[in-house]
This record gives sequence, structure tokens and C-alpha cells, in this order.
Amino acid sequence: MYRATAGGERHCFPSLAALMAQATPLRSGDQLAGLAADSQARRVAAQYALADLPLAEFLNEAVVPYEADEVTRLIQDSHDAAAFQPVRHLTVGNFRDWLLSDAATTGALAALAPGLVPEMVAAASKLCRLQDLMVVASRVRVATRFRSTIGLPGRLSTRLQPNHPADDPRGIAASILDGLLLGSGDACIGVNPATDSPDRTHTLLSLLDDVRQTLAIPTQTCVLAHVTTTMELMRRDSPVDLVFQSIAGTEAANAGFGISLALLDEAHAMAEARHPGANVMYFETGQGSALSAGAHHGVDQQTLEARGYAVARRYRPLLVNTVVGFIGPEYLFDGKQITRAGLEDHFCGKLLGLPMGADVCYTNHAEADQDDADALLALLAAAGINFVMGVPGADDIMLGYQSTSFHDALAMRELLGRRPAPEFEAWLLEQGLLDHAGRVRPPGLPERLSQRFQALLAAA
Amino acid sequence: MTDVGWTPLRALTAARIGLARSGASLGTAPLLEFRMAHARARDAVHHDLGAVPELEALGLPVVTVRSQAADRRGYLLRPDLGRTLDATASPTLAAHSGAHDLSIVVADGLSALAVERHAAPVLAALLPALRAGGWVLTPLVVAHQARVALGDAVARALGARAVLVLIGERPGLSAPDSLGAYLTWAPVASTTDADRNCVSNIRPGGLGYQDAAWKLAFLLDRMRAIGGSGVLLKDDSERLTLPALSDPFD
Repeated sequence: MYRATAGGERHCFPSLAALMAQATPLRSGDQLAGLAADSQARRVAAQYALADLPLAEFLNEAVVPYEADEVTRLIQDSHDAAAFQPVRHLTVGNFRDWLLSDAATTGALAALAPGLVPEMVAAASKLCRLQDLMVVASRVRVATRFRSTIGLPGRLSTRLQPNHPADDPRGIAASILDGLLLGSGDACIGVNPATDSPDRTHTLLSLLDDVRQTLAIPTQTCVLAHVTTTMELMRRDSPVDLVFQSIAGTEAANAGFGISLALLDEAHAMAEARHPGANVMYFETGQGSALSAGAHHGVDQQTLEARGYAVARRYRPLLVNTVVGFIGPEYLFDGKQITRAGLEDHFCGKLLGLPMGADVCYTNHAEADQDDADALLALLAAAGINFVMGVPGADDIMLGYQSTSFHDALAMRELLGRRPAPEFEAWLLEQGLLDHAGRVRPPGLPERLSQRFQALLAAA
Repeated sequence: MTDVGWTPLRALTAARIGLARSGASLGTAPLLEFRMAHARARDAVHHDLGAVPELEALGLPVVTVRSQAADRRGYLLRPDLGRTLDATASPTLAAHSGAHDLSIVVADGLSALAVERHAAPVLAALLPALRAGGWVLTPLVVAHQARVALGDAVARALGARAVLVLIGERPGLSAPDSLGAYLTWAPVASTTDADRNCVSNIRPGGLGYQDAAWKLAFLLDRMRAIGGSGVLLKDDSERLTLPALSDPFD
């Protein structure tokens, strides 16, 4: 039982999960699950109670039972008590203050990450305003490396997402060309396949690898098929760079995705053997996925999202992004809820040591539009996000939602003085796509790029 | 340097490639084009299903029901309410209960516009085939603030062995009026999406009325022959290249 006296009233919260849920800023998914506070005052009272909670409580009390859930076991068993030492005496409220203090330097936060469990950072995020989420996250640096280096200071990378509703190779190639000319693709070139079949995935992997090699692009490619499909293709020696999988914060939700830690362990080992020394995994997440799978254990969606990051960090991924806003208005109703969720996810992921990116996006049945996407993108970019999506015209014609465009990423680079990954920037310069000020301003199609691309199109 | 030559490339994909730029930003023309597409999608989501006289003219009695979602906001926030019939539906449907093969439910879903435009023409093409196939139909049910699974409850209340739900799909930027069709054999309370088959993107610019009707008649006959739907039917219908269940209308 957790208690607070706030605003002259006494409040009781029957469990840690209930306390966390009721302290969570309002969002439709927690209302749908019946977990949200029933008044605004009650929500703030829960935040008072949460602020007084010792951080160490999260090591004693699991929101999802240890016996029932392998994600809880992963979180508890891999906790680094020595790394936790600097903050172990703090309450959640003190922890927020510490994170905002000058003591929380880039180095201190990097050293602390293994000592934090997802529930601690989720709890702190619930007390934070958007500005706090940004200020703290901006101090964290998580750089990862494959052919390009992502997450260095002053850099903003993009995943080029050239989806096509029929997986048509030439249609995908046309979108890739558009993206490359606009400086997109330094995090990866990653296609969501319309059909998750091994043959189709192999065809797309071969196309992407052909494009990358022919044009000598210092990046990595990915077809975002199910991990079992990618494993089968690695056995067949398809050109697999990154192993992708959607993940969530409970064992049952992951079972709904058809995965377990054992399966991810196996996939990770296979990918590392192919690319020694590189970060080889790519994960996507999103608030609401556990509730959607009926696997939330009475825990709020933001806490569960942070638990998903514990799964991700086990594999030292190259890329992790929340697909915030994709799931629909019953989980995040409008631009305000999507904005907050995006910044919470970035904050929690970074504090746990992940190379966080974001798919800033919305669906047509959410109360959101391009202005909301612009705002969240700018806030995330200012907060130091590692990468965002690049979709032609922000319109994903396969997944049927709006993400961020090549142009959007360029606008953020210019507005905030961010540059692409250094290897990719050198490539852009070499291709003649940058102007005298180093800005992406394709003057047309450079001759040699044109010839090679025409050959690729003919072969596709 | 050469011109990119976007025209032939645009023939390869509907993606918004080669857009006009001002600096790094989007030019005014593509900006407004995108905004209009989104506005049409938003209008479609919030459009209330009106009277559709063409449905009355199909030769079936028409019954109207509502879900427990009171309005669009309630519908968007509470998918569970959109799957549940409201209290007035029970007596309405009970009056028509009997031994039927199939119930056809026309549901607004996320685009009433799609239903208003395309449900009647698809059914006009489909009904002759069903009559020829000996299907005994319930009255046509028009459902407001409805998700796909509301059809399960309708079919049970009417005593139908199967249900076909024609429903407005979530509007995209390319089309605000795509109609989806979901087929379910012997729906029960525990029926899930895996038990359904789906034909999507029904509209003149996507899957045309005649083609959609042909696919639906084919699938209904297969469903009746094997006494099942969903994954049971999936392998059999691969050559129809049916899309996977991807829209969240459950």
C-alpha cells in the first residue's frame, strides 16, 4: 500500500503498479485499460507519493511478477548494483532533481545506465515536464557503429524508409533514390515488407544490398521481417546486415510477437558472427503494444514501454526507435499525448543506455496533423535524438500512416545545426550532393550516380 | 549533372517522390496537396453515416442497429464499445431471427464515406451470385459506430451461420473511401481476427466492384464448403492474393 497526503486529502494506492499508472500523465491507453487516475488531483497526488518512493523499492517490488515473466527476471538479474551506488539512497523525486543537476554529466549518466532499471526511469519521467525530459536526455550520448557511426554529438541520422504496398523492387528503388538525393539513409535503409515471406524478404535484401554496394554507400540495410524469417535467411546466406524485431515489455506481449529472449539470443549470435564488432540489432517499440496483446498485467503503457528497453539493451543494438503515434487514438489520442509519449520514450531509452531514435508519426484517425509532427520532431531533435525516419513526402503508402519526410530531417539539420553521420556526410560530398555550405542541395542527378542507378533499375 | 527525370520514376510508385523544394523545405504546391489529402481523410473519419437509399433498393429488408459507442470520440477511444450492440438492437434483431446462411452487415467503421459510396454497388454485384448459390440471407443490417466484430453479435442474434461485414477502412492519404470486407464463418464471442478473411481497398480506383464481388462470392463458397474461415481458408485462397488482416477494426 502506498500513501500520500496532498492538497489536504489522503490518498492510498493499493500496489506499485497502481501508483505508477495513476501518476502517469493522461493518455487514452491507460483509460482504456481502466488504470488511469480518475481525476487530475488524484493523478498529482500519485505523483507526490511516487516522488517520496525510494528508488531502491523498484529492486524489491516488481510490477510484473518475477516468477511469471522473463522480462522481469532479465531486469532484476542483470541489475548492476555497483553502477546504482551513486543514486541508491535517492527517492524518485530526488532522482529527478539529481538528473537535472550539474552532477548528471554525460559521463556520469553513461556510468549509471547499467544501475538503472526501466521502472526507475519510467517513474522519474512521470514527474518530469517535457522540458525536463529534453534537458536530461540531451546529456546522454549513445553512439553505435556498423558501416556508419550513429549518435555522435551534433549529428542527426535518418532511416530511409522506401516502402511500397506490393514490395515492388523498382518502386522501392525509386524512393531510395529520392531519399539519397536528399541526404537520407545514414542510420539505415530499411524496408517494411508488405508480405513477410522468406522469398520476398530475400528479394528485397538483395535489392538493398545491391544498391548499397553499387553506390558504395556507407550505411547498412534492413528488411523489417519477423526475426525468424531473417534467421532463416541468414542460414541461407542472404545479405543480412541488421536483424530487426518489434519487442515489448512483458514476456506475454513478446510471445504475441512470436519471440522470446532465447530466440533473440540466437538471432543476435548469428548476426554478430556475420558482422563481428558491429552493433547488429534493430528494434522497434511503442507504448500500448502490451495492452493491445492483452498482456499488460495491470501496468501502465509507459512503464511497459520502458521495460521493453531492457530487452533491447541486452543486445547492444545499432538502432532502437519508438513508433510513437502509430498504434492509434485508443492508446495515444492526440498530438499532445503523442508528443509527451515520444519524449518520455526518448528519455527512458537514453537513460537506460539505448541508441534511441523515433518514428514521429500519426494515423488519420488520431487527433493530430503535420503541425503536431513538426513540434515533436523539433523537440526530439533538440533533445539529441539519434535518428528519425525519412519517408517520401511523409506519406507511407504501404503502412498507411504519416511519418517524417526527407525534407523534415533536412529542416531539423539546418534549424539545429545537426549533420549526418560522418561517413555518410563524406559520401554525400563525394557524390556532389552538398552545396558550398555543406547543406544537402542536389543540383540534379550526378552523372555517375545516374549511370549506376539506371543499371540498378534495369536489374531490379 | 542530369535532370533526375522523375516522370518515369513516378510511374513505379505512388510514393511522393521528387517533390518540389524551397531550400530544404517542401514547396507550396506539394504542401497543399498533402494537406488536402489529409483533410479529406480527416473529414471521412468524422463523417456520420447518412441514409443510403441505394441500400434500400437492393431487395432486402434493411434493419439499422447501433453500437454502444455514443459518438465518434467514444468510437475512437473505446474499440470495445464499437464491438458491442446497444440495448435497442436486441429486440430489433430478434424480430428477424431465423435459420439463415448469411448476414450482411454494412458498418461505418472509420469511413462512412466508403460505405455511402461503395457498399450498394458491391452488393448489387454480389447478391445475384449469392441468390444463385442458394444462400438464405437475413435482412441487410446497417450498423452505426461499428467495428468488424459487431457483425459477430449481429449474426448470432439473427441466427446466421456466417457474416459478411462491409466496413469503411481507416482513410489513407491516397483514398479516404476504401471499403473493406470481412468474412467470418460461425462467429462466436471468442472469434478473433485470425478467424476472418479480408478483402480490402474496394473502390473504383482500387479493387473494382465486379472484382470485389467475384472474390467475395468465391470466398463465401469456399467458406461454406470447408465450414470455416480465417487461417483455415488462407492457404486455399493464396492465388487470389488476398491482403493480410492489417487494419485495426477488430
